[in-house]
Amino acid sequence: MNDLTPFGRAALLAFAALLLAVPWIASGYVLSVSIICLYLAYMGQAWNLMLGFAGLLSIGHALFVGLGAYTSGYLFTKLGVPPAVGVVAAVAVAMAMGSIIGYLGFRFAIGGVYFALLTIAFSEFVRILLDHAKFLGGTEGMFLPVSQESRRGVDLVNLRGSTEMYYYVILALAAGAFLMCRALLNGRVGYYWRAIRDNPEAAEAVGVDIFRFRMYAVLLSSGMAGVAGVFYAFYYNNLFPEQVLGIERSIEVTLAPIVGGVGTLFGPIFGAFILTPMGELLTEAVEGFKQSGLIAKNVKTDGVKLMFWGLAVALIVLLKPKGLWPWVCERLRLVKPPGQRG
Amino acid sequence: MDTVTIINALVSGLLTGLVYGLSALGLSVIFGVIRIVNFAHGELMVLGMFMALLLFRWFGLDPLMAVPIGAAVLFAIGYALQHFVVRRVSYLPDHMQFLLLAGIAIMLVSGCLVIFGPDAQGVQLDYALDSFAIGNLIIDKVRLYAAIAAVAVASALLAFFKYSSTGRAIRACADNYLGAKVVGLNVDRLYALTFGIGAACIGAAGCIILLLVQVHPYLAPAYTLLAFVVVIVGGMGSLFGALLGGMLIGVSEELASVVLQPSMKTAFSFALLIVVLLLRPQGLLGRVAR
Repeated sequence: MNDLTPFGRAALLAFAALLLAVPWIASGYVLSVSIICLYLAYMGQAWNLMLGFAGLLSIGHALFVGLGAYTSGYLFTKLGVPPAVGVVAAVAVAMAMGSIIGYLGFRFAIGGVYFALLTIAFSEFVRILLDHAKFLGGTEGMFLPVSQESRRGVDLVNLRGSTEMYYYVILALAAGAFLMCRALLNGRVGYYWRAIRDNPEAAEAVGVDIFRFRMYAVLLSSGMAGVAGVFYAFYYNNLFPEQVLGIERSIEVTLAPIVGGVGTLFGPIFGAFILTPMGELLTEAVEGFKQSGLIAKNVKTDGVKLMFWGLAVALIVLLKPKGLWPWVCERLRLVKPPGQRG
Repeated sequence: MDTVTIINALVSGLLTGLVYGLSALGLSVIFGVIRIVNFAHGELMVLGMFMALLLFRWFGLDPLMAVPIGAAVLFAIGYALQHFVVRRVSYLPDHMQFLLLAGIAIMLVSGCLVIFGPDAQGVQLDYALDSFAIGNLIIDKVRLYAAIAAVAVASALLAFFKYSSTGRAIRACADNYLGAKVVGLNVDRLYALTFGIGAACIGAAGCIILLLVQVHPYLAPAYTLLAFVVVIVGGMGSLFGALLGGMLIGVSEELASVVLQPSMKTAFSFALLIVVLLLRPQGLLGRVAR
């Protein structure tokens, strides 16, 4: 807050107020798009913690989401454990997987892009295993029971309730993740992470335990993704390995932080709120063109949206590799220039 | 499980693996010289497959005859990609380049989805079901032809790198970037050529593999990963390693689908990838990692 200009402070407060007010002013459709925005903002924050803070590229975050989703879903459907308890197990399983990947990756010194390939390999491996895991539904999917009356009201223990409740849950998660990352980044850990990211050899030379702090980043990030998995399972109520753990899901998570700005705190949020609505608008436009006959009816609308996302990523890396958020910040003077900070 | 089944699986895996190897050669050439991990690999391959499919539909051209056309078009695409796009991000850290190619990959695969739809489509050849029998050993005609074509293209590539002056110049760039510049090689042009040649390999492999599998856009990420597995197992940047890795993966996939279940075969490859990454990150034939 101290680094913000008065205008920046006002903008932040207005944004927060708007987010809190969305369920009061918006219809069902806008609300569900907002939920996707916040979900991607939250996941973007988790992913950015690894790449943006600690310099570790993961293209396997769907794995942690999937483990969280399947763990809590299984506990709920088979053993009747409510998600409020199941989330602990979900986070534990996701973090256990994170620690396996991290331990192997860092102990065997698998660096850079090879580490990304390791995350992909694990993610695909687990996806195929889940395809064959009959007790988790396999390719036929796992379905969480949900009744009509449970779609009203608020039941946080069972994570059952109205769309408004899901909105506030994911808003709380996204806000919590933002505040936590902010605190971490400004603390000792944050400085260690950035030192490791910018120059691992130098960091090690001045005594930073790079193995330990890299592990912290992976554990925290995978745990956060595990929580997102619980939300995913109880919001969508059906889980298919292909849909939850597909590599597309892992790439989707990376889009918002890349567009917003890798390594920035607000970038993942900004990116999610730019990309998701634009994707939706594009979907609407394509559907409209289909109705009026400008585009052939058999064109896959989803494909057009994905093309736009791919183009967005490519253009950002080419033209604004630091992301849009730092540029917007500077243009709108949201943050004080470095010299004037208290 | 009798011996004949196993030997048949071995042979057919070996033959399919040679096509994997050719495709992986494309990835390996690009990485070995430009040090770019081409995350759009499978997407370029699927592009080659769709091209062969269209040529077959429009002109009845056998996919094997489409190889030169597919290779030429993909060469142009690869050259342009390096010259206009990838070259501009060489100052960025590795992971940003990786993400740029991931963005391009998403564009290509969803473009294919928009144009061709999600359904699997293949070619019907009159010799598709023929096979050669040597004793109990049965070899599919298409698989043998595909393997021969793959070996032919791969040999042409290896000969190019070994004997032509351009090939030698490209190897010089790979061995010593600064030295290549000092002696006056046009490194930018050679890099674009290399990307083009790598992409041409991928395009040729795409045309060839259409003999064996039906094409749909979602094959792309699977082929990207397959090529990574092959190249990492064989050794990044080693050309013979890519072919060897291809055969190894082809055989292990085929054995896994005979011994276990067909749907488990990719899990087997990923397990192999994890093991190789951990125990021998430079690959079986690779030099010590950079």
